[in-house]
Amino acid sequence: MKIQSRVHCFGDDIDTDKIIPARYLNTSDPAELARHCLEDEDPTFAGRVRPGEIIVAGENFGCGSSREHAPLAIKAAGVACVIAKSFARIFYRNAINIGLPILECSAIEGVETGHELSVDLERGEITDLTTGRTYRAAPFPPFMKELIAAGGLVNYVRRKLGVDKN
Amino acid sequence: MGMTVTEKILAAHADLPEVVPGQLIMARVDLALANDITAPVAIREFARMGVKEVFDATRIALVPDHFTPNKDISSAEQARLVRDFAREQGIVHYFEVGRMGIEHCLLPEQGLVAPGELIVGADSHTCTYGALGAFATGVGSTDLAAVMATGEIWLRVPETIKFVYTGRLRPWVGGKDLILYTIGRIGVDGARYAAMEFTGPVVHELSMDSRFTMANMAIEAGAKNGIFPVDEKTHAYLAGRIKRPFRVYESDPDARYRQVYEWDVSELTPLVARPHLPENVAPARELREVIIDQVVIGSCPNGRMEDLRIAASLLRGRRVHPRVRLIVIPGTQAIYLEALREGLIEIFIDAGAAVSTPTCGPCLGGHMGILARNERAVATTNRNFVGRMGHPESEVYLAGPAVAAASAVLGRIADPEEVAG
Repeated sequence: MKIQSRVHCFGDDIDTDKIIPARYLNTSDPAELARHCLEDEDPTFAGRVRPGEIIVAGENFGCGSSREHAPLAIKAAGVACVIAKSFARIFYRNAINIGLPILECSAIEGVETGHELSVDLERGEITDLTTGRTYRAAPFPPFMKELIAAGGLVNYVRRKLGVDKN
Repeated sequence: MGMTVTEKILAAHADLPEVVPGQLIMARVDLALANDITAPVAIREFARMGVKEVFDATRIALVPDHFTPNKDISSAEQARLVRDFAREQGIVHYFEVGRMGIEHCLLPEQGLVAPGELIVGADSHTCTYGALGAFATGVGSTDLAAVMATGEIWLRVPETIKFVYTGRLRPWVGGKDLILYTIGRIGVDGARYAAMEFTGPVVHELSMDSRFTMANMAIEAGAKNGIFPVDEKTHAYLAGRIKRPFRVYESDPDARYRQVYEWDVSELTPLVARPHLPENVAPARELREVIIDQVVIGSCPNGRMEDLRIAASLLRGRRVHPRVRLIVIPGTQAIYLEALREGLIEIFIDAGAAVSTPTCGPCLGGHMGILARNERAVATTNRNFVGRMGHPESEVYLAGPAVAAASAVLGRIADPEEVAG
């Protein structure tokens, strides 16, 4: 799958409280969570982000809590893909499990908010169309590719338990 | 090639003779945990998996502790969803308000965690149970749903970083100071994806309560799990709580580590982590100009008896500063009762503190002590992120119970020596 869209950039250590503050965790309704996505980092983000756009961030994206509401909020806000230099491990698992596309790319530099990015999710190829620079994301291990191909962990478990036939 | 304790526990739960870092395994889960925030999403995903019954109703713990006693109508609805699911599924370890506690204080206390076991929880601080020599890690709600359905989880075997603490701790320096020091040294992603193995003569001197504090905050360095060796103090803690057989694993002498840090901590003084990351560590005595509005003593790192005793020792016969609201939250009903019988609760109330029923409440900005704009708190909690305890322009300084109690008395960040004299 290929994505081409505008970028929103964030720095290092964007924690799950910034992505979705606990004051909104008395619901798990994705639309409601999306309204407050990244609110404590940038209160204007939820209002500005358009479906299909891309987040590019620094190190340790999604550190902190295990709240799945964080990737849910990002996904429901319409973000098509999150690219970060590195991800905190629970966020990484959660994103794959719920089918939010993510790419880990330690080499990504010089991408700025407003740049146009082209991303090939299968190949892990990232091109900054504004600067012409290209980057390659870390490949997923085969098991994770299987999870992603299944559309997330729910479908994977359904198949494994024979609820759905292959 | 030798294995670390973490590798051994993972291998045993995947029925493999050995595992190596980076390997993906399917592991058997001994206990799965969720709370009133993470369980509702897990229950929804569980239903979507098309499974009727949980894999084992005795191996799931549901603890409504974050927004309970229910803080508003939405929270009440979430808590009811968890309660209904627990009834339907016959979940044995469901803990209702009045009989519950903060999950990571409660589960070890109730004998639900033993050395060598594999525990996953839909709460990032599940790593707390490594204090008992278990492998314990936080996961999200969909992962938890899959565990409830299958009893298994996929895990990547982490590399291990070994921490060797030597020397002798000074008075008023405890587990919280040691873990803040560690995070300050390696950073909030210094152990990302890795296991933190806490060793050295100092850890054997630490109480179990201090070990829980340290293991609890392994996640604040990005770790998958934190783990302690099992010694006579562990066995003393387990006696009377655990009747089932368990197996103690130890790291081999030739186990492979990503890194080994050896630190003499004899000179360590009580520490504080400044906003807005747990790695922003400084000695309390260097922050004496920081005026505060609130102090919270409690939560999953520091809501245990040792913490309450330390706080009470500094508050006995003293008053909370007029500017400060001190909120004390015992971690479980059993701790609350023990503190009551020991006279600690009376000391807190005499000093001018509010004492609350167990809840995670203020730590995550849920309820029971939300901060207003520009307010500042010293808290024995584990996160000081932007907006963590309330308004995005409020601040949280993390500390152990001694610094927290001393700060409550002086109305500013204080080293316990200033109060104890």
